[in-house]
Amino acid sequence: MRGVLTVSLDRAYELHPQVALRPEPFGALAYHYGNRRLVFLRKPEVVAVVRGLSGHATLADALRAAKVEERRWPSFLKALSGLETSEIVRERASG
Amino acid sequence: MSERLVDQLKGGLDAPICLTWELTYACNLSCVHCLSSSGRRDPRELTTAEAKAVLDELRELQVFYINIGGGEPTIRRDFFELVEYSVANGIGVKFSTNGVAIDAPTARRLASMDYLDVQISLDGLDAATNDAVRGEGSYAMARRAMDHLAEAGFGPFKISIVVTRHNVDQLDGFKTLADSYGAQLRVTRLRPSGRGAETWHELHPTNDQQRQIYRWLLGQGEQVLTGDSFFHLNALGEPLPGLNLCGAGRVVCLIDPIGDVYACPFVIHDQFKAGSVRDPGGFARVWRHSELFSSLREPTSAGACASCGSYDACQGGCMAAKFFVGLPLDGPDPECVGGSADTALAAVDRTAVPRPSMDHTRPVTLLRRKPARI
Repeated sequence: MRGVLTVSLDRAYELHPQVALRPEPFGALAYHYGNRRLVFLRKPEVVAVVRGLSGHATLADALRAAKVEERRWPSFLKALSGLETSEIVRERASG
Repeated sequence: MSERLVDQLKGGLDAPICLTWELTYACNLSCVHCLSSSGRRDPRELTTAEAKAVLDELRELQVFYINIGGGEPTIRRDFFELVEYSVANGIGVKFSTNGVAIDAPTARRLASMDYLDVQISLDGLDAATNDAVRGEGSYAMARRAMDHLAEAGFGPFKISIVVTRHNVDQLDGFKTLADSYGAQLRVTRLRPSGRGAETWHELHPTNDQQRQIYRWLLGQGEQVLTGDSFFHLNALGEPLPGLNLCGAGRVVCLIDPIGDVYACPFVIHDQFKAGSVRDPGGFARVWRHSELFSSLREPTSAGACASCGSYDACQGGCMAAKFFVGLPLDGPDPECVGGSADTALAAVDRTAVPRPSMDHTRPVTLLRRKPARI
């Protein structure tokens, strides 16, 4: 399943309510209290986007707000798809 | 970020990922491989208030969950009070038990709690194999606890096996047993720690059995938990699931019942004691600034293993295993699958190896006399 994109730019996402993020020198650790999964977020910029997700109507807005250049969006989509698969982030009703 | 994750982890984290907290040295059993030589309670054990203060600190550090053990942690009268306090503060709990306290009502109470994992220890698929290591009646006690948890609808509790020479052929059976309960199987490595120092030479799996364990674990993949304890076997080929590094003082540590902080649960010895939660600055200061933990986070030398092509795969194995059998820390693991430790191990003077710093083993009483009347 590696590399499959499950998130899209025009939908809204949020940090899963059962997930805690802990800042670390390399980025952050995410822990899911439900499935007990521990995930390493190794890019501080991805951490910033994840933290901002719930405040924006679409993923594209969240990327723009975090000042991620558009040419780099594909790598962020990949990273966020991975995080959605491990239930660290999830889709929410937009608006 | 070009740096490998493993190198970042070796440099240490702001707080541990996996913190083991042994609540008491008291235990109803006296397993021959007990890594903390438990039996009698220590009068210096942390009070309820002190334990809660440690939990407050762990919440500040954003420690996600703790592994509670002992001794037998449920023997502490404030056991549930501490577990509930921890969970209420956002720190999940997994506790290890021999099952002694898990009757039907307790199982229902446990089943009603969130963010709680229960791990029942079992070292044999039948009473004969299990009780030889864990003591008479311990097999029945563990199975009874499992039955109660299943009946109470606890969900997937864990069954935790220490692999020995005598139960290695039962691995498939353990998996079947776990599946029958809807439980998750956890298999860990026998260390020569605590009372295990006395029994390791007779109990640890043979070289052929190590290979058998490796193949079995590889076949199970992530279905079976190992606490990353078998990374020394990675020298055999494809790596087993996990981080493949010694986490001692880097991502892992132990708080013992009297509040002393050690690099990992398998090294209760002064040489690996970083400080105490009772010291000024508490646990956070020990974790972040102790000399011992800082030194464990420095790059390590491969030492005698430098010329071996498997070092990157096995990382020289387990520090605790080397230490308590009297091998140098910068050399091969006593269970090196390449056999690199065999000569050195045979040459060790077993009377001169380091002894665990704490021993709470209950004295053996052959005859119980009635107290004399005065």
